[in-house]
Amino acid sequence: MCGACPTSRRRRNERGLIAVQSDPPVLARPAKVTVTTTDTRTIPIRAVASAPADEAADEVGLYEIRRKIYPRAVTGRFATWRVLMVVATQLFFYGAPWLIWNDRQAVLFDLAARKFYIFGLVFWPQDVIYLTVLLILSAFSLFLFTAVAGRVWCGFACPQTVYTEIFLWIERKIEGDRLARIRLDAEPLSAHKLVKKGGKHAVWIALSLWTGITFVGYFTPIRELVPAFPAGLSATELFWVLFYGFATYGNAGWMREQVCKYMCPYARFQSVMFDHDTLIIAYDEKRGEPRGARGKSVDRVATGKGDCIDCKICVQVCPTGIDIRNGLQYECIGCAACVDGCDQVMDKMGYPRGLIRYASQNALAQGLTKAATWRRVLRPRTLVYTGTLLAITVVAGVSLLTKNPLKVDVIRDRGALAREASPGVMENVYRVQIMNTSEAPHRFRLRAEGLPGIAVSGVPATIDVAAGATRLLPLRLQVPAEAAAPGTHRVELVIEAEDDAAMARRERSTFILPRP
Amino acid sequence: MSDFTSGFWNVFIIAVVVASIVGCAILLVVTGRIKVAAPKKSGEGGGGATGPGVTGHVWDGDLQEYNNPLPKWWANLFWITMIFAVAYLVLYPGMGTIPGVLGWTSTGAYAKERAEFDDRLKPLYAKYAQMEVEQIAKDAAARQTGERLFLTYCAQCHGSDAGGSRGFPNLRDGDWLYGGTPATIAETITGGRMGVMPAFGSVLGEDGVKNVTAYVRSLSGLAHDNLRAQLGKPLYAQTCAACHGGDGKGTQALGAPNLTDRTWLYGSSEAAIAEGIVKGRNIAASEGVKAMPSFEGTLSPTQIRVLAAYVWGLSNVAQAAQ
Repeated sequence: MCGACPTSRRRRNERGLIAVQSDPPVLARPAKVTVTTTDTRTIPIRAVASAPADEAADEVGLYEIRRKIYPRAVTGRFATWRVLMVVATQLFFYGAPWLIWNDRQAVLFDLAARKFYIFGLVFWPQDVIYLTVLLILSAFSLFLFTAVAGRVWCGFACPQTVYTEIFLWIERKIEGDRLARIRLDAEPLSAHKLVKKGGKHAVWIALSLWTGITFVGYFTPIRELVPAFPAGLSATELFWVLFYGFATYGNAGWMREQVCKYMCPYARFQSVMFDHDTLIIAYDEKRGEPRGARGKSVDRVATGKGDCIDCKICVQVCPTGIDIRNGLQYECIGCAACVDGCDQVMDKMGYPRGLIRYASQNALAQGLTKAATWRRVLRPRTLVYTGTLLAITVVAGVSLLTKNPLKVDVIRDRGALAREASPGVMENVYRVQIMNTSEAPHRFRLRAEGLPGIAVSGVPATIDVAAGATRLLPLRLQVPAEAAAPGTHRVELVIEAEDDAAMARRERSTFILPRP
Repeated sequence: MSDFTSGFWNVFIIAVVVASIVGCAILLVVTGRIKVAAPKKSGEGGGGATGPGVTGHVWDGDLQEYNNPLPKWWANLFWITMIFAVAYLVLYPGMGTIPGVLGWTSTGAYAKERAEFDDRLKPLYAKYAQMEVEQIAKDAAARQTGERLFLTYCAQCHGSDAGGSRGFPNLRDGDWLYGGTPATIAETITGGRMGVMPAFGSVLGEDGVKNVTAYVRSLSGLAHDNLRAQLGKPLYAQTCAACHGGDGKGTQALGAPNLTDRTWLYGSSEAAIAEGIVKGRNIAASEGVKAMPSFEGTLSPTQIRVLAAYVWGLSNVAQAAQ
């Protein structure tokens, strides 16, 4: 996204790996706006210097030593949204495996039996097309949301964000907020520190284990899994509980923004879905610069400064440790924490909100109003995404609603083309696989159509197939030799459930009449 | 042990493996020591914002390369993979043909999995091991198992319905080349069969073949030339009776078919019968290629009994269904 970077003068490639080092940007003087304040209360905002580490170094290596980020707690509109998303997604994640439907687990992916239960629906491996549809829907939703409002998925619903948020909340409850955590980390080891750190990790590990068990509970009935934990689990189950638990603990507790910055491919390719009308978390440079500290009582216009008081709250709340005022950066996960943080400061200063806000690059450059910015959400790209998304959803929905629980495969024997069953009667051999994917047993009848005098031989009059079972039947189709010309003819096998008119299938196959 | 055609490839692989690991290590050490200029501070108004640094490489006079440093932990992952590689090469065969400390081989892994699978099957077949084939044929579950075995191993030639096809006997008609007792069927599956009909074209001559054909057709009551059949009778006695018997009823010990019934494995037309006499049948068998392969080793003795029970039951429906 170096096109967004105010310091670049020339763009060489899309990934922004190569760019031109340029002069410091010449920033437009903000056209000054109104709202002054006469309130003289002191502002409870203290600028904290970010870790001074290697600021003085004039040489750096090709490998970067990680600088720990201590995100400051933030409240506000978007933080509330995020909490709601965390609660909603996690209620679903931890809760869904415990639901019961048709006397079985409502959501269960039974890998061993190759049956996948989602409430009333049972999917067999043959239904993999629905998985494809789900992936396509996810992809198009992603395109749409990203084109409209950037990385909203990353900032509000991605498991990495959600679990990091939960882990951070635990961390805050035990170790305190940003400053307390920085102090605690700087302290020498003591009983007090050990208790706090140990307590935090104990809670993290417990939550991670629970997450791991829940995850495996989607594949093994969770009501049997939990009482059996840990001794009664199979090696595979135990491995996945621990692996998923470890991944949760490691990614949400330790790796955090490193996952987004270096590991997540999605974070990188999302940039190509942005355009200049995409809403991004943007710092209004025109309004904010030149930044600078000032007393609250000082008249804003008189200082000659922009609205940014350079309090660095936006940097402190950032979970990836960037400064949003440097423009759009690939590290930005679109969580809007800086928006909440800045809005609070603006409120306290008595300045209008929105120095950092959701805005598009065009909106900032052209000074579009909020309404005009939102009108641009409706552009060909988003309309095409929406249309495609709706079309696929409707088609998939209709297909799911009318899904036939009877599946039939007819395979013609290849060993012999045709043979004479009795003088003047030719027969072909087939294997018919009847799959009853419904959760009740059914009795089926089978007949053949397509040639005069065609008859089925070698199968019982009625075929019972148990619930969720498959039956393979070798059978013969017999046709009088003079019924049709020698050659290949299309025939159909009709399989119907006696007790359910909806469970019927016509499967095509071929019948070969040999030359006499 | 080694499938290589020459010792060179052994050395080549070892060299590539060692060079890759050492090369990675050198690359990490060297790049770890490189220092480039730190990012310049930019921005006005006391912002102190930092842009990314550059590596110092310059193209086209002004085009520079960003230094986007890889995190140190990521570099450490590379070291972990190298340690893993070394451990792997010690434990498993990876350095050319040098076996690993664990002695692992792919054939060994296959044998182990196969044994585990057989162990899982064992209890399913345990109860059939002591039963007579006729008894097994009465067990519905066993017949289902037998059907699955048949569809897997036999249906390619004998058809999914066991009805056979030209050259592959019908197993449902109660007519048997080698005998239809459960024991014989099991023997056929276990050892395979290779019936051979030698070629008699040069022995009998063109006319002789026509005469024998006519006589053979007369045996099973098919339309034939009476005169030729009379001429063919002594020829049959000389050349064919040794296997097919003087009365044409065949010899099950040899797999020589009964010529007096209506079952014709290769067809009953004059042309088909004459072809069999001239060229013989199943000549490949004389070179040791079994038309009906042996399933010993592929199937366990108990599986063969279950399969034999299924096949026997096909033509002994009444007994099997009891």
